[in-house]
Amino acid sequence: MILETRDMMYRDLENIAKQIRIDIINMLKESGSGHPGGSLSAVEILTALYFKEMNIDPKNPRWPDRDRFVLSKGHGAPVLYATLAMKGYFPKEELNNLRKIDSMLQGHPDMKGTPGVDMTTGSLGQGIAAANGMALAGKIDNKDYRVYALIGDGECQEGIVWEAAMFAAHHGLDNITVFLDHNGLQIDGPNKDVMSIEPIRDKFKSFGWHVIGIDGHSFGQIFKAIDEAKNIKGKPTIIIAETVKGKGVSFMENQVGWHGKAPSEEEAKKAIEELGGIING
Amino acid sequence: MANMIATRDAYGEALKELGKKNKDIVVLDADLSGSTKTAIFAKAYPDRFFNVGIAEQNLIGTAAGLATTGKIPFASTFAVFATGRAYEIIRNSVCYPELNVKIAATHAGLTVGEDGATHQALEDMSLMRSLPNMVVLNPADAVETKQCIYKAAEHHGPVYIRLGRSKVPVIFDEDYKFEIGKGVELREGVDVTLIATGIMVSKALSAAEKLAKEGISTRVINMSTIKPIDEDIIIKAANETKGIVTIEEHNIIGGLGSAVAEVVSQWKPTYVERIGTMDVFGESGDGELLLEKYGLNEGNIIDKVKKILSK
Repeated sequence: MILETRDMMYRDLENIAKQIRIDIINMLKESGSGHPGGSLSAVEILTALYFKEMNIDPKNPRWPDRDRFVLSKGHGAPVLYATLAMKGYFPKEELNNLRKIDSMLQGHPDMKGTPGVDMTTGSLGQGIAAANGMALAGKIDNKDYRVYALIGDGECQEGIVWEAAMFAAHHGLDNITVFLDHNGLQIDGPNKDVMSIEPIRDKFKSFGWHVIGIDGHSFGQIFKAIDEAKNIKGKPTIIIAETVKGKGVSFMENQVGWHGKAPSEEEAKKAIEELGGIING
Repeated sequence: MANMIATRDAYGEALKELGKKNKDIVVLDADLSGSTKTAIFAKAYPDRFFNVGIAEQNLIGTAAGLATTGKIPFASTFAVFATGRAYEIIRNSVCYPELNVKIAATHAGLTVGEDGATHQALEDMSLMRSLPNMVVLNPADAVETKQCIYKAAEHHGPVYIRLGRSKVPVIFDEDYKFEIGKGVELREGVDVTLIATGIMVSKALSAAEKLAKEGISTRVINMSTIKPIDEDIIIKAANETKGIVTIEEHNIIGGLGSAVAEVVSQWKPTYVERIGTMDVFGESGDGELLLEKYGLNEGNIIDKVKKILSK
């Protein structure tokens, strides 16, 4: 009975994830620029957080006791915007204005302009540091909100990631859970060719983090990992999510060329057909 | 002889005072709390003090995160590292989202002394001044430093406060009132105006004293807010005196001299002489001797005033 309920929940989440993917493709087609690959790889993670896990209120985006989410890999803005719109933070029509002049949806997340964005990001590496501050404030005030962050794998090449990782462990920030979107690709090619970050699990472990490895497209594994993280006391957790860049669109999957390129009308049509949706306009 | 207090010492005292009044004040340091004097706060409020270690990028990033929750973080380290090492974090994680982070950096300028060029920030005001939403303060003495810290805490948004290592004369009475964005005329004068900032204000005052003995009437303005700069007091000086000498313990590029020149070139073209380091790095040595060597002294101020009057 419990299993059946869980299956139903996952089916609902899978439907939401599918729609978020469709929205990402539509908005990128509209904008003519942006980052599909690393948006599509993180869909399940954001869906799980925003539609099940996080204690949030779209009607009161600045609610002081809310859980927080920092999209450290800010170029994944499309997945964040599609998720926030679906969650009701702003009208879905706004997605068509992505990256356009006078739009609330900047190329990279802008907390001042977009309801639901908890931290301005886009310059890689800065998200865990910001999450540290949010988590620290929670500790100071004895609040039980949790702070989630999503970082990219190429992003781990930034020095500040390790400054921040050291800090979170030193101060025992067990209210931080970081997801690493480990899709293996960055702009110039595979991480292992550009600048290897491996062994990434060992690195975080040696920095004092609790490390969990999962399939980043499996809701079951995502929730299991989140629950595990919530029960770890005295240290932060990183969930290393193995993902596929461009996930869900066959011709984008594992293609480094789709890191920062918007689909044409034709390509968007094909992608959305694959996803089982309808194209905008 | 005036009482001598380093502005960093006044900072430490002000922080402690502020911490008592306001529970949202949180202080971060990057392994220099003894030098920046945040250790005074740390001792009084250990639960609201966090050492990030030698990691200035995370220092600023963490401060930004704290500010998103309503805390008022003061982040401190030496000015070179605060503004240089962490520059882009300040730009993207603090100034762009206009977060309520205060960066109080000590050991600015040549008077760092013996540590030499690597540790002598001579470009920090220039870097901070060019960031939108950033307020830049450079107090002249211990009294003004305390007020700058209190006003910075009241101001909502990013503030950079430039502080020094060395003991400097106390110029102001305890009832002195500092206001962000307001220059203060400390001495009336009709021939030439001296606009000084930070620890150079006391040198400007003593130069003006000497000039008076030669019959030259020099106006002295304390410009402790570098941004937003007080345009009115500059334009008034440009209208009423024959020229302006700016004096700062900073590169002549990008700081006070540039800010004043920008104002007068737009509103009242005026002869401006800029005193500062002449686009060079500093070196090791006694702070006062360095100020002498690099022309940040009474003699050079007097020369520049006479140069303007000879035009």
